[in-house]
Amino acid sequence: MKCEELLKQLNEYVDGTIEPGICEKFEEHMAGCNPCQVVVDNIRKTITLYKAGKPYELPLKFRRTLHETLRARWKQKHPQKDL
Amino acid sequence: MTDRLASELSDADLVLRAKSGELDPFETVTSRHERRIYSLAMRILRHQQDAEDATQQTFLSALENLDSFRGEASFQTWLLRIATHAALKTIRKREGLKTVSLEEATEPEDSYDDIQHPKFIADWRQSPEHLVEKRETQRLLDDALARLDDKHRLVFLLRDVEGLSIKETAQVLGLTQANTKVRLLRARLQLREQLTEALGDPATRVEAPVHYH
Repeated sequence: MKCEELLKQLNEYVDGTIEPGICEKFEEHMAGCNPCQVVVDNIRKTITLYKAGKPYELPLKFRRTLHETLRARWKQKHPQKDL
Repeated sequence: MTDRLASELSDADLVLRAKSGELDPFETVTSRHERRIYSLAMRILRHQQDAEDATQQTFLSALENLDSFRGEASFQTWLLRIATHAALKTIRKREGLKTVSLEEATEPEDSYDDIQHPKFIADWRQSPEHLVEKRETQRLLDDALARLDDKHRLVFLLRDVEGLSIKETAQVLGLTQANTKVRLLRARLQLREQLTEALGDPATRVEAPVHYH
């Protein structure tokens, strides 16, 4: 396997969905290629950082408006439930 | 239905109850997903008012179309799909484009042939665990994401930030799985490049292999 071929298998490798036969070649290549080792490590860390990002909180005022809007629309749509 | 009981029900059960006309379960399922939907909208649109609008459109649309939700995908995937399309609509309006499909507009370059090879290759100075605690990291992540094309950013957000599978990401965006994978690879490589330029230790920099070409 060459570096270029390794790149094409990168997703599968870091996601753990790579086929065992290809995985073996992937790791064989990495063992002898420091740049590829570092790239794989960088990619893993990149994904880890993004996954660890905190979700945005809804502004309180917006959350209130959102639920009011949904309730109002729901009652228009289901008038019989409102009796 | 009490709050305690509602919070223990699965999305599927809540949606079933909502479909029969109960408002409370719909509100519960909305509360469960609103932060996630709003976060996705913020990361795609990077604008609070636009993200609020897209979030509201998403849940209004879910309310209107609840009967058409058949449970083939999870409710969450269904919501993410609606939210992604609401956000895309805003992007197109901003760019003054008409309804260009995400797929048609970009088809030809979705191959592995011209994947950009890594340039700045170096170990990072700090561990992700350490970086995550620092305020400037979030900004770096947001800025790097903002520099991606929309089509790459969307795939990365759905797959790596929201944690959808390749198949689900493809479904949400109306792409083939093959295209989704290529876009994901491009996104990951571009983000790696940017983050490593900022976080990499130049002392450990290694040259890109000569057989990259």
